Amino acid sequence: MKYMLIMRTTAEALEASKDLDFTEVINAMGAYNESMITAGVLIGGDGLSDAKEGFVVDFSGEAPTVTDGPYGEVHELFNGFWIVQVATKEEALEWAKRAPLGAGSKLEVRRITDESDFAEFADNEFIQKEKEWRG
Amino acid sequence: MADPAGAADGAGAGAGAGAAAAASARRAVEAVWRIEGARITAGLARAFGDFGLAEDAAQDALAQALVQWPVEGEPRNPGAWLTAVAKRRAVDALRRGSGLDERYASLAAGADAGVGTGVGGGADARAGDLVGDEVLGLVFIACHPVLGRDAQVALTLRVVGGLTSEEIARLYLLPVATVQQRIVRAKKTLAAANVPFESPEPAEWTGRLGGVLAALYLIFTEGYSATSGERWLRPELADEAVRLGRVLAGLLPREPEVHALLALMELQAARFPARTAADGSPVLLADQDRRRWDRARLGRGRAALARSDEAARRRGRGRGPYALQAAIAECHAVAPDVAGTDWERIVLLYEALGALAPNPVVELNKAVAVSMAVGPASALRMVDELVATGALAGSHLVPSVRGELLAQLGRVPEARSELVAAAGLTRNERARAVLLAKAAALPGG
Repeated sequence: MKYMLIMRTTAEALEASKDLDFTEVINAMGAYNESMITAGVLIGGDGLSDAKEGFVVDFSGEAPTVTDGPYGEVHELFNGFWIVQVATKEEALEWAKRAPLGAGSKLEVRRITDESDFAEFADNEFIQKEKEWRG
Repeated sequence: MADPAGAADGAGAGAGAGAAAAASARRAVEAVWRIEGARITAGLARAFGDFGLAEDAAQDALAQALVQWPVEGEPRNPGAWLTAVAKRRAVDALRRGSGLDERYASLAAGADAGVGTGVGGGADARAGDLVGDEVLGLVFIACHPVLGRDAQVALTLRVVGGLTSEEIARLYLLPVATVQQRIVRAKKTLAAANVPFESPEPAEWTGRLGGVLAALYLIFTEGYSATSGERWLRPELADEAVRLGRVLAGLLPREPEVHALLALMELQAARFPARTAADGSPVLLADQDRRRWDRARLGRGRAALARSDEAARRRGRGRGPYALQAAIAECHAVAPDVAGTDWERIVLLYEALGALAPNPVVELNKAVAVSMAVGPASALRMVDELVATGALAGSHLVPSVRGELLAQLGRVPEARSELVAAAGLTRNERARAVLLAKAAALPGG
């Protein structure tokens, strides 16, 4: 089964991280990634650029509205993710615990759905098409 | 740190919740072992120069963790904890045995304080490579030619994969005692044959690597097409093989056939979602809904095949047997359907494969490809030649292919008798049902 480890960081922690030696951060992340690659569990992952470059599309109103930057009231920013293929939830947790993250950071661990989650819609045209779209 | 999920479940205090918490705590220890087990066992084997002793000690440490962690919580650095306990157990075992060798006196002293990964020498600049070399030593000893295939498979899953005997038994539908016996016997065989714990020289790799790849692929194929039991696929087992394939590709990145095996496994595993119908019965390649193939896996498989080709090119070599099989799987992967498949290319790839690694199953598969590229009559002649050699006698594969070809040629009574014979020979219940259904669907059946 596949899990996504979603990195979430507070704006304060992100600000504080700017004082860190970035080479050390890259090395620690590189070593973590390498440990998952050599264990054969890492199948995907990426970092996200500064949330200020992003924008939010809000569907609360009749027409979608667009806000620049991170959503006004959020206290945590998503800034990257890993996808691991593991045998159990506990194994996903064990890898999550090893991430080189500090105070203010959190990893949310979520199982990635597979076909069995949509078994009752197996005949749906779009559930079938989805397989083609993936790649 | 206690497992938060387990703690939350345990708070429910019902018997079911308690059992669930215990199972989760156990899986938490198993998860750490999957990650740390190979490195710990390999480090001890290198330090003590004794694989059997190292494996026993490592398993003792795992057993102690299974008892202690669910109660006391997981230690802050679980890998260091396991290393220290295993080292202590190894030293204890030596003390109980023929007396502590002088050479190990310093290790014994270190064990009482000891944490860290460098069990033997101190940290050095090549620490990362050393760990890789040690784990590679483990791979080669687990698949040593003095061991039978069953022993190689059990030992590889346990020492390289970091699976417990219980997990292996579950994956193979075997009693735990059988798995344990295989491992005990394997260690005794290695000891009797005086197999040293060291990676073979790179010059010997090619010869020894064949056995390693064969053992990994055997694990995969049992998951891909179970030889016995009620289920047709055991994806958990296949996934373990793919994981070990990735580990091996990380250890030996310049070996073309390692990437090729990984490519082959990913490309074949990509078909899993389409290989089983909702009721669990098998769906054969021709009838699979290709839209359900796992595109991400296909992408990883094709990328691994490209890495294999590149590694082979750097060595001035052509494709090896696994690369040829991966290339055949790739032909299927890129084809829109059976009719749109490049069967002529597949026949050529099987010819190359049959020349490099003669094997009756390859000949049989080539015959199937020929039936698609040319027609059933030529294919049947090939199968009959194969039957005449006596190869594959007793396997369900020959009568199932012959039955299929005879049916295409309209020779119905012969086709029916072959399909029924094939059904009688397979040990997999799902495969048997498919063969009987085919026989029943023949005209006049």
